[in-house]
Amino acid sequence: MKPLLNVNQLSKIYGDIKACDRVSFNLYSGQVLGIVGESGSGKTTLLNAICGNLPVDCGEVTYTSSSGEIFEITTISEPKRRQLMRGEWGFVRQNSRDGLRMNVTAGANIGERLMDIGARNYGKIRSVASYWLRQVEIDTNRIDSLPKTFSGGMQQRLQLARILVTKPRLILMDEPTGGLDVSVQARLLDLIRSLVRKLNLSVILVTHDLGVVRLLSDRLLVMKNGEVVESGISDRVLDDPQHPYTQQLVSATLVP
Amino acid sequence: MLNSESNNNEFNFAYLDEQTKRSIRRTLLKAVAIPGHQIPFSSREMPMSYGWGTGGIQVTASVIGKKDVLKVIDQGADDTTNAVNIRRFFEKVCQIKTTTKTTEATIIQTRHRIPEKPLQEGQIMVFQVPMPEPLYFLEPSRAETKKMHALEEYAPMYVKLYEDITKHGSIAISYDYPVMVHDRYLMKPSPIPRFDNPKINNSPALQLFGAGREKRIYAVPPYTKVKNLEFEDYPFEIEKWDKACDFCGSTESYLDEIVINNEGDRLWICSDTDYCEERQRQGTENREQSK
Repeated sequence: MKPLLNVNQLSKIYGDIKACDRVSFNLYSGQVLGIVGESGSGKTTLLNAICGNLPVDCGEVTYTSSSGEIFEITTISEPKRRQLMRGEWGFVRQNSRDGLRMNVTAGANIGERLMDIGARNYGKIRSVASYWLRQVEIDTNRIDSLPKTFSGGMQQRLQLARILVTKPRLILMDEPTGGLDVSVQARLLDLIRSLVRKLNLSVILVTHDLGVVRLLSDRLLVMKNGEVVESGISDRVLDDPQHPYTQQLVSATLVP
Repeated sequence: MLNSESNNNEFNFAYLDEQTKRSIRRTLLKAVAIPGHQIPFSSREMPMSYGWGTGGIQVTASVIGKKDVLKVIDQGADDTTNAVNIRRFFEKVCQIKTTTKTTEATIIQTRHRIPEKPLQEGQIMVFQVPMPEPLYFLEPSRAETKKMHALEEYAPMYVKLYEDITKHGSIAISYDYPVMVHDRYLMKPSPIPRFDNPKINNSPALQLFGAGREKRIYAVPPYTKVKNLEFEDYPFEIEKWDKACDFCGSTESYLDEIVINNEGDRLWICSDTDYCEERQRQGTENREQSK
């Protein structure tokens, strides 16, 4: 089987600091890849480098689109990259302020990506928006409310709806549950898990919460100082960590 | 400096020096070549402050010649301060003929209106533009808006229209209504009422837009397709009045509401004074003939 995304020897260097040091992995269709590591280990840099937001120093990111076309993200033209980002790819930000337009209504937030790809019928845009609000368990009465009146968990779910509306194949998530309380986290994770199954999404999930990756991800990368120190099937890595840092990380998890 | 014209006063013909006019004409050629695309130009200090039509005046000064006949309107009227002053300015620095009649003019400089009478081939409309960037209020970064234009990413503008319909039940932009020029560039038509937007489409006249403070020039060449943004189920509509002009009786022109006394009585009159006056003259003649 051909991988959906192939990352090969990806590096990003800031002066003396290696933010990402020769990171390589494959991501297959329908797979959830977790990336864990402490703050400053290069997780977010890696995510930004993969989607081309950040110019990389060396390495390749190869994506196979739904039509079978092969794109090299590090050298792709800007229009093509943006087209991918608003169609087949999606990016869920840690801070929903970065992923949403806070001063336009929830409906318009979801509709924007539709209008981006040419939807010009108000009624249809609206009905699609309310469908996706229902999918992410937001009351459709809130379609005309501003996201700033939403709770943190709702904002994250709205971010999901805004991305899912164009039926993406690959979603990059940067700490989607960061800053949410535990019960809200649990519901969001549940939702993400069911949507991933239902829509056959491939996800790269960056987090520092081992509980989240245990629940969601199939495979796991452990990063430290920009390097991948361990990788493998999530359960294997978490139950039988090999690298001293992974062992430390796993043993540091609070068990209630 | 080339002082090609000796016109017995201390100004060069049309106030600006020849090199400046040449550079603005080069910008205009570029603007005409890429309809709706904003071209930067080195906007000069003019003997009036920014915001009073310095962009339009520089464009007019660059294209005007000795045989041109100039008309200047402000909100459709030939007799308002801005219009009178700009007309006098060009009379002084060009010694050319000016007019208030739309049909006689070869160049029409305007603020906020397009004349009611259809424009003809060979005429040039010069618009004074306060803010040329249609995406400015959605995206404050100029670097980003340039990218959006380059990549034709106009979804945020539709988001604005969507929000209008959601909040007000209809698209609530009454002037400076955004248009797509030649199916490529999103353009602000300057603060003309949306009533005038259909006149830009496929116009036989050359339409030039000058923004002095923002230092941008753009253009719509004759017979260019200019389409108003709309949704399929919320199409573009122009303003309508259930009244006729109190002076000339027109039901087809853009009407201004004027409060005439302390009791709050109102008059509804044409904003285009030339159009209104001609209709009044014709009305009188018709009455005299029928006597």
